Amino acid sequence: MNDMTPTKLKPNDFATDQEVRWCPGCGDYAILKGVQRTMAEMGARPENTVFISGIGCSSRFPYYMETYGFHTIHGRAPALATGVKLANPDLDVWIITGDGDGLSIGGNHMLHLLRRNLDCQVLLFNNEIYGLTKGQYSPTSRIGTRSPSTPYGSVDAPAEPCTFALGAGARFLARCIDTAQKQMPDILKRAHAHQGASFVELYQNCIVYNDDVFEPFTNKKDSANTQIWLTHGEPMLFAKGEKGLKLNRDDLHLEIVDVVDGDWEAAGVLAHDEKNRTLAQMLVEMRHPTMPVALGVIYCDPKPSFEQDVVTQNAKESAGKVVDLGALIRKGQTWEVNQKKLREQ
Amino acid sequence: MATRLKESPAAREREAVTVRFAGDSGDGMQLTGGQFTLSTALAGSDLATFPDFPAEIRAPQGTTFGVSAFQINFGSDAIETAGDAPDILVAMNPAGLKVNLEALKPGGLIIADAGEFGARNLKKAGYEANPLEDDSLKDYQLVAFDISALTLESVKEFGLGNKEALRSKNMWTLGLVLWMFDRDRQPIIDWLNTKFAKKPELALSNAAALNAGHAYGETAEMQQGLGRYHVGAAEVEPGLYRTVTGGESLSLGLVAGASLVDLPLFFGSYPITPASPLLHTLARLKEFGVTTFQAEDEIAAICAAIGASYAGQLGVTSSSGPGIALKGEAMGLAVMTELPLIIVNSQRGGPSTGLPTKTEQSDLYQALYGRNGDAPMPILATRSPVDCFEVAIEACRIATQYMTPVMILTDGYIANAAEPWAVPEMSDFTAHPVTHYEGETVSPYKRDEKLARVWIRPGTPGLMHRIGGIEKNYETGNIDYGADNHQKMTDTRQNKVLGVADSIPDQGFELGGPDDDMVVVGWGSTFGPIHQAVKKTRKAGRNVAHLHIRHIWPMPKNLGPLLKGFEKILVPEMNTGQLKTVLRDQFLVDAKPLNKVSGQPFKIAEIEAAIGGI
Ligand code: SF4
Repeated sequence: MNDMTPTKLKPNDFATDQEVRWCPGCGDYAILKGVQRTMAEMGARPENTVFISGIGCSSRFPYYMETYGFHTIHGRAPALATGVKLANPDLDVWIITGDGDGLSIGGNHMLHLLRRNLDCQVLLFNNEIYGLTKGQYSPTSRIGTRSPSTPYGSVDAPAEPCTFALGAGARFLARCIDTAQKQMPDILKRAHAHQGASFVELYQNCIVYNDDVFEPFTNKKDSANTQIWLTHGEPMLFAKGEKGLKLNRDDLHLEIVDVVDGDWEAAGVLAHDEKNRTLAQMLVEMRHPTMPVALGVIYCDPKPSFEQDVVTQNAKESAGKVVDLGALIRKGQTWEVNQKKLREQ
Repeated sequence: MATRLKESPAAREREAVTVRFAGDSGDGMQLTGGQFTLSTALAGSDLATFPDFPAEIRAPQGTTFGVSAFQINFGSDAIETAGDAPDILVAMNPAGLKVNLEALKPGGLIIADAGEFGARNLKKAGYEANPLEDDSLKDYQLVAFDISALTLESVKEFGLGNKEALRSKNMWTLGLVLWMFDRDRQPIIDWLNTKFAKKPELALSNAAALNAGHAYGETAEMQQGLGRYHVGAAEVEPGLYRTVTGGESLSLGLVAGASLVDLPLFFGSYPITPASPLLHTLARLKEFGVTTFQAEDEIAAICAAIGASYAGQLGVTSSSGPGIALKGEAMGLAVMTELPLIIVNSQRGGPSTGLPTKTEQSDLYQALYGRNGDAPMPILATRSPVDCFEVAIEACRIATQYMTPVMILTDGYIANAAEPWAVPEMSDFTAHPVTHYEGETVSPYKRDEKLARVWIRPGTPGLMHRIGGIEKNYETGNIDYGADNHQKMTDTRQNKVLGVADSIPDQGFELGGPDDDMVVVGWGSTFGPIHQAVKKTRKAGRNVAHLHIRHIWPMPKNLGPLLKGFEKILVPEMNTGQLKTVLRDQFLVDAKPLNKVSGQPFKIAEIEAAIGGI
């Protein structure tokens, strides 16, 4: 039930009349659908919702959402969003960014948004490539990625978005796949409910420049073995419950163990604890194919958000003070000149 | 003692005096200068100051590059510059003497702390022999005594450590200078009591040093012939006065300007010399609806300000040249999305890091042309510390009435310099309260007769829309790459900004008028020296006028016709001729440049000479 909206809005009510201009088959379509569905299911108020993006394929997103939207400049959406939230903390702010926008040109702003813990949702569409500029490798591209700018393969080590976010001080981390429509709304709702900066990495297929780069772990056929969907308090199981994650206490890493007859406790499988930062660190670093890829809400440990602290401090420091401009400009040591004598020019 | 004072020669009457305090950056020269300024203001003289400090926070002691100086010019006539050449140089160490001697007037007075002129300090300042003892200063009047030892003596009873005790040297020196000008010490003692409220022993010891320096005046008068001066009160308009620096005045102007347009002020900034005082001042004014945000970088600072404006507040960002360069792309976004925004540039010597603590006016091109695309923006320039207040108010009006970013050009000299301010009545200013659009569904690019678009705050039901840096359709506000549409939008943005000229006053003259043969055109902090130079030349019988431009862009509508009426146009600037080029471009007039980029303000004499030269 929804008390906020008089008439319940449908996913389509969150779509604008603008023609969507992503390449046919782009993963962005699925994410747009997932977000519009989430908005409807949450009973979001369009007038209170602001989508803010930078530059890149994903950053066209706001034009397709029937909410307030600001398509800003490359990498700067987090900075702009900070001003929006400080000016009006009641707005519900969603930042749409990509691997290039959010981790390359805008990496600095992302770092500071996360450490400050601005209350907003960051959806980072990771396609490991620069799409809009026609296919150069990106900061998340794996070593050896061949692209127009790296014809012989890239040689620099990629950034891992969730590891970066955790290092920056993010208190909410989640991962999802563009096509995982069943799970996406719940993950986005959790991100939305979290007070503070929620960082969501979405594996997004760029069908034109980096097709199937995630396919080894996103294909439905093998997904049971290649993906592990996490739920707080539940054992970390995958492969239809036949395998689980256990902490190897000798050298502190997660390892795969077989679970016999569903007895995960006997196998030493850990239950997921989303408040455990160390566990989150280990989960985001699991790589296919040696390990399953961790998906769902990986980490959630709320703290008061930046704009709330700013508002609180502003109110505290203003309390009881006289707001008199005339008095303000007269402050300090003053003197009176009484007699008018004309100054010679 | 009293009888002796009577016997002493009468205080010399002076119309104006320039004093320069110079010492190590750790010697507290800025503080001394600041307190002497206050005392001068309270004595009723008109004044102008010039703080001149090194870029290094604590440069190695005793070196020439660690010299910090503070110059004050005060008098009974109107004072508009910090003075061409000091009459009195107070040198707290050999380096201070070395760096500042050149500026001193021939025959000027040097007061030196002989106690600091030991072999080590002399060597550090690059002196082979002690200038106080050889004949090298014979063309000046030299009064030297051991201020360090006298200070230690004066605070002995407080049992401070040597280092702590010597910190009071500046107060001792200030005491002596107060004696020279017959000033009241009480306001300084009051200030010490406030400053050291938590350490009363320091308030007492500093006051003791101040009193000792003051008392020493008579001894120095007897033994070394140190004179006293009398500078009368200036004849100024009646009213309530205070001293104000450009940094303070601009901050207050922004708060007042935001209040007059009835919006909360959002200030996003990143620390940079010499712009930081704005952030520091505004951070303490939360009760006036001010939110300050120290961003992670210059770009974030302006983007956050744009975000705040988008959300309905008045976004302001501030920096100096290098930081303004970083903000360029975001300024374009504000132009494109037609959101109000104020960008303050406290100019400094450039390019690149340049001369962070020295002044220059070399960002005029950057302000006018420093963005990609045709990205016009109104530009205002402040001429003095006091002027910053009105300019800031005007910027708030233009930004909100025309839905446009506005740039304020000020500079390092204005930011740090102080002058007396006849505090205005807030009721004298016209309010232009903003109402955000609420109502029927409209295109976000619906414009009023001034071509300003509607300002719709997110949160307003029924008016959801999308804006951004991509070109938008003139009618609908949707993305539009069309040729005709881009032409129309570019023209509209241009015409909107040009239309600001309809709302600004005609260009007037500071001195002279259209009948003179020559006009000196200035902008920004060259106001003082130009005004004085023109005044002097006029007294000498030359028909020369002074015109000072506040509205750099768009320019007042009558400016072109006015300039075209003059045979000769001189444009003094602390750059290589930027306004000169703009005037030539806009009005096809033969504007002649006078340029100086030494990091120091113009001297009156330099402008006088240039006027004589053409
Ligand atoms: S280039 Fe790639 S990411 Fe961009 S719209 Fe096309 S498929 Fe999507």
